Parts: sequence; structure tokens; C-alpha cells
Amino acid sequence: MAATENTVQTVRDMERYKYGFETDIEVETAPKGLNEDIIRFISAKKEEPEWLLEWRLKAYRLWLTMDEPKWQKVHYPPIDYQDAYYYAAPKTKAGPKSLDEVDPKLLETYEKLGIPIKEQEILAGVESANVAVDAVFDSVSVATTYRKKLEEKGIIFCAISEAVRNHPDLVKKYLGSVVPPSDNYFACLNSAVFTDGSFVYIPKGVRCPMELSTYFRINQKNTGQFERTLIVADDDTYVSYLEGCTAPQRDENQLHAAVVELVALDNAEIKYSTVQNWYPGDENGKGGVYNFVTKRAACRGKNSKVMWTQVETGSAITWKYPSCILQGEGSVGEFYSVAITNNCQQADTGTKMIHIGRNTRSKIVSKGISAGRADQTYRGLVRILGGAEGARNFTQCDSLLIGDQCGAHTVPYIESKNPSAKLEHEATTSRISEDQLFYCRSRGLNPEEAVGLIVNGFCKEVLQTLPMEFAVEAQKLVNISLEGSVG
Amino acid sequence: MPLIEIKDLHAAVDGKDIIKGLTLTINAGEVHALMGPNGAGKSTLSNVIAGREGYEVTGGQILFDGRDIADMEADERATAGIFLAFQYPVEIPGVATTTFLKAAMNAKRRAHGEGEIDAMQFLKLLRAQQKELGIPDEMIKRPVNMGYSGGEKKRAEALQMAMLEPRFCILDETDSGLDIDALKIVSDGVNRLRTAERGFLVITHYQRLLNYIVPDFVHVFANGRIVKSGGKELALELEEKGYAEYVEQAA
Repeated sequence: MAATENTVQTVRDMERYKYGFETDIEVETAPKGLNEDIIRFISAKKEEPEWLLEWRLKAYRLWLTMDEPKWQKVHYPPIDYQDAYYYAAPKTKAGPKSLDEVDPKLLETYEKLGIPIKEQEILAGVESANVAVDAVFDSVSVATTYRKKLEEKGIIFCAISEAVRNHPDLVKKYLGSVVPPSDNYFACLNSAVFTDGSFVYIPKGVRCPMELSTYFRINQKNTGQFERTLIVADDDTYVSYLEGCTAPQRDENQLHAAVVELVALDNAEIKYSTVQNWYPGDENGKGGVYNFVTKRAACRGKNSKVMWTQVETGSAITWKYPSCILQGEGSVGEFYSVAITNNCQQADTGTKMIHIGRNTRSKIVSKGISAGRADQTYRGLVRILGGAEGARNFTQCDSLLIGDQCGAHTVPYIESKNPSAKLEHEATTSRISEDQLFYCRSRGLNPEEAVGLIVNGFCKEVLQTLPMEFAVEAQKLVNISLEGSVG
Repeated sequence: MPLIEIKDLHAAVDGKDIIKGLTLTINAGEVHALMGPNGAGKSTLSNVIAGREGYEVTGGQILFDGRDIADMEADERATAGIFLAFQYPVEIPGVATTTFLKAAMNAKRRAHGEGEIDAMQFLKLLRAQQKELGIPDEMIKRPVNMGYSGGEKKRAEALQMAMLEPRFCILDETDSGLDIDALKIVSDGVNRLRTAERGFLVITHYQRLLNYIVPDFVHVFANGRIVKSGGKELALELEEKGYAEYVEQAA
């Protein structure tokens, strides 16, 4: 077998989706399709106040007037928005009061997913563990744990629907303030039909004592996932949030259109890490999740900082640009990304750094790996507004190609309206060389290990920004056989 | 049984015959030097023995410990005990030299049915070898061969060789790009590994290296085959007369 074929095969095997199973749990679904009645149904199910229903309906009416974006470099058959369910919740009596009430099949699913022991312990109620999980199973949070410890600090970490009920003022003040419904087609759809997601509020002067973690999981045929996450870090705070996803194998395409909004006030720092491993479809591109996500952070306060780290290995289509609006003087935005596309996966991903305040700084490090027949685009915008005196940006985009049928594209947009701004952009495209492979193999590494080692090396700068809990998982995702070879 | 036995080897690259009937036997405990002019096929030979893809054996055979290695992949040959010290060691960005070494050692251990090396034991071995080769911690924390000077690269190769403890080592033009001090350090490293169980094939263009790694046998390699064999004095003769007569003779 030629080395290139070998490599391609290796990557193929490495990437073959492990999580192909489906949990059978009775669900209470809304009828298929989307109309104002469905939105009323969702809102009623969630026992929402009138203002939120109106907000949803307004978004829905706006959405009807909008067109799907066409500028991205991805191709997919038209989505029939009427052929999906917009609400599916595991059937429970009144919402579980304790883990005993959680369907054991759910816990079993977590086990199959290989959720780290630590999180399993939490799900099992072990009190000494140190990560809080707001487990999102389909559209409803079934277990929000560790709340007590967080409550002592005044930190709010709960399902967003719960926040609507218990902290309406905060939700009303910040919901849609970073990503308004009118922002884009998918965000608008999300605003109309979002069913869950997390809400985090860190009160002034508090450093969140643990990583906040949510596992998202799509588990209902034809159920679009429309999470909405809102994180508000008040003055002088720090919080690190982990979001990880795996999804069971299925044939239909699944629409996923989440919105994540982050608000950082004076001297606040938010670290948001994602490992995304939605079902990518089979080797021939059949099935797979359509992932249209809007993630944006508003660095409103002085010297506030937001750091996005993402490891994107899943989904048939990825459309995602975690961004930072750098409004506060001296605020900092960072974006670290690893995107791996294989087989027929398509990804159009990147970031936007909007410099508004004086002395704002941003850093972008993007690592794209493309294999099989996959196509990948880095699309990044760095915009310096007139008032952004002394703004700085550094951008680095590296692409690695494996095999000869994949593609990598880099599309940087740079706009500067302030002559004092300093912008740097570096981009490279390379292949795993035969020399590197042979060198590794001449030292005894099999092709799989060799590719894994080289790819992990290529991504290192990004992977090392992940919190420990995730770094390990991410490395495994990059190459499941890397265990033990990382010193 | 000889350590390595090459019988009437023919090999081609891109359909072009490069090695044309090479026969060579190396016993454990012996150091053989293979000298020849540029373009003789010296590096092709080292790649063929190490099992690089694209180097096609068109005739003859290579026996390692009496076993024909034709069907063995490069990594299988490596874990079986064949080591190639590269003329141009390859850079691997983002992979720390220690990580790489550990991965290689574990690959070998796995092939021999052993468990992964204990982290402390690994560190102890590494420290000892680093000391012998004068390799600072800072260097092995860097990615594999990245930003290494010529001398550092060859020292790192010697470090890998020492850690992996192969039975048969091929040194491919190890002297290229080395100043005299580096040459001495690397040669000392190699000499320390000379044992009764281990064999070496030292491939070089110049006699200089052989002042430090003194061979038991010297072979002149020209136009794809060995045209003359002798003791270490043959190297000095070559240094004096050059390769011209052999190139003509072979052609």
C-alpha cells in the first residue's frame, strides 16, 4: 500500500465514529413542523412569561422574511424546516428532584459516551468531585449538579429555561444583547424556538472555583437542537466553561443551530472551550449533523478578556465563527481553533474580532486538518474601528492536508480604520510529508501512531489552551491511539 | 548466524536500478564502513534496509537474524532492532523530543509484548544518556529536530539510538554537516554502543569519520555494488587516491 493511501486509511479508521448508538426513551414531542402554534407550545411547555413568548414570536416573524446565507463554502441539500420536530423532552413527572429519578438509560448513555469518571461521579452524586455538569439530554436539562457549592459563591449555573423563571431580570437584560434575533438566519431561528442551554452568572469579584461543564447530546430522530447559552461575568470575575458534544449515529441530517452569548464586564475573564464531535455522516457523506452556530462574546468592560478554544471534529457541515466584540478599553479577545474534516465533511469556520475600544488586542490561532474528500475554509474578520487607537491583532492560520482529494482555503478579511493599529497575518498550508512519516516509522511507530503524533504536534498550540479535563479528550479525538505516547 | 546478510541485492527507485547485486554480511560485534562516491547508491541502500516505501527490491534478499525482512514494514523492522541514523534528521513541529522518544520506546516494548515504560524509569534512562551525549534538558523539550544545529541533530540521533538499543545500526553519512567537536561527541556516543551483540554499517563519503569510529571492515561501493573490500587501511588508501579508479572499473 502506498504511504499516502496508508495515511488516508489510518485517518479514516481513526475517525470512524465510535458513538453510534441510540437511547430509547419515551419523548413528548411537539408535532412536526414550525409555525406560531409550535412556538406557543414550546413557550407553554417551558412555562415562560409573556415577554419571552412575544420575543420568540417576533423573532419567528422576522425569520420568515429572511433568507438562508449562501456566502459560505459549503454545499448541502435544501433544509426542509417543516420536516423537523422543534420540541422533544425526556418524559418525566415533574422534573427530576434527584439522580435516582433520572432514567437509568440516560446515565447508561453517558457511560457509553465515555464521560470522564469525574463527571460520572458528579452524576452519581459524589460530593468531592470538582466539575459541575449541567447535562443537556435532548432539549431539557435532566440533572443540574453541584449547584449548592456554586450557590455559596452566588454563582448561578442552571438551564436557561430555569433562569427565565428564577432570574428573569438578568435574562431579560442580557438575552439577545450580544446576538440579537436579527443577527442572522440561524440565530433568528434559534431565538424563535430555542429549548434549552445553560445560563451562567458570576457575581462581582467572584472567581468561579471550578470548570463549568455541559455535555450536549442530540438523541431524538429529526429533532433539531436549538440551545441557547448565556454567560454573564460581572466585574472582576473569572469563569471557565466547557462544552462537549457527541451524538448517536443516524441517517437523517440533523439541524443544529445554537446560539452562545458571552458578556464580560470590567476586568472579567471568560474562557469558553468546546470539543465538538457531532455525528459527521458516514464515509460517503450520508447523514451527519448540520451545525450552524452563532457564538459571540461582548467584552464590554475595561480590560475584560474572552478566550474561545474549539476542537471541531464532528458534523457533516460546520458553520461557526466564535467572535469577540472588543468594546472595553484594553479588552482582549483570543480564538484558538482545531478543525478536522474527513471523508465528506465540510467546515467553514473562523472568527471575528471587532476592535472598538482603545488598546484592544486580539489573537487568532487556527489549525485546520483536512483529509479524505473533505473541504475546509478558515474565514476570519479582523475589523479595527476608528476609535480603536493602538489596537493589535495577530492571526495565524495553518492548514494540514492528508491525501490528495481534500481542500483547505483561507479567507481573511482585514479592515482597519485606525492608522495606529498593528495587524499581523500568517498563513501556511502543508502536507504530512513522506519524510516525517518514514522518520516516525523508522523509529517503530505504526502509521496510525505516526499520523496521530504528527497531527497532535501540529495542533499543539491550540490543544494546550484547553483545560486539562478537555485536553485529554481532545487528544484522543485527534488520535484515539495516542494514549501513553504523550509524555 | 550473521546479524545481517545481504545477498545479491538489486533495488530500484522510480523504476531506475540503483543497487545492482550487492552482497554483504555483517556479524554481531562488527563495524563495517561502506564508502563510495556521491551517487553510488549509498543512501538508497540505507533506505532499502530500513524499509522505506518507494524503494523497490527487485532481486536478492536481506536476512536479519536469518529472517527475510522483505515483508516487514519499516516500523516492524525498527521494533525488531534495525535503526537508521538519518543523514538529514526530519523535523516534527509541536512534538517534543521526549514525547517522541517515549512513543518510540513504547512501540518497541509493545512489539515485544512488554507494557509501557514507567515514567520514572524512562526519565532515569534519558538523563543518563543525555549526560553521555552532552544534551541539555532544554534541547529535548524542543520539538523533534526543530531549530537544532547540524551537530545537535546528529547528537539527537545518537540519543535515540542509545535509548532504543537496536541490534543493527546504520549510520547514513553521520559526519555530514558536523564540525570536528560534534563529530567527536557523536562518535564517542556510537563507540559506547559497540558491543559484542550489536553490529554497525557506517556509510560515509569521507575517511575522516573513520578516525573516530574505527571500522573492522571497509567496503568500496560504486555503481550499485561493492567493488572492493578490506580492512581499515583501505579507507586511508581511498582518502589518498580517491574513488576515480573504482568508478571507472565499475562502469
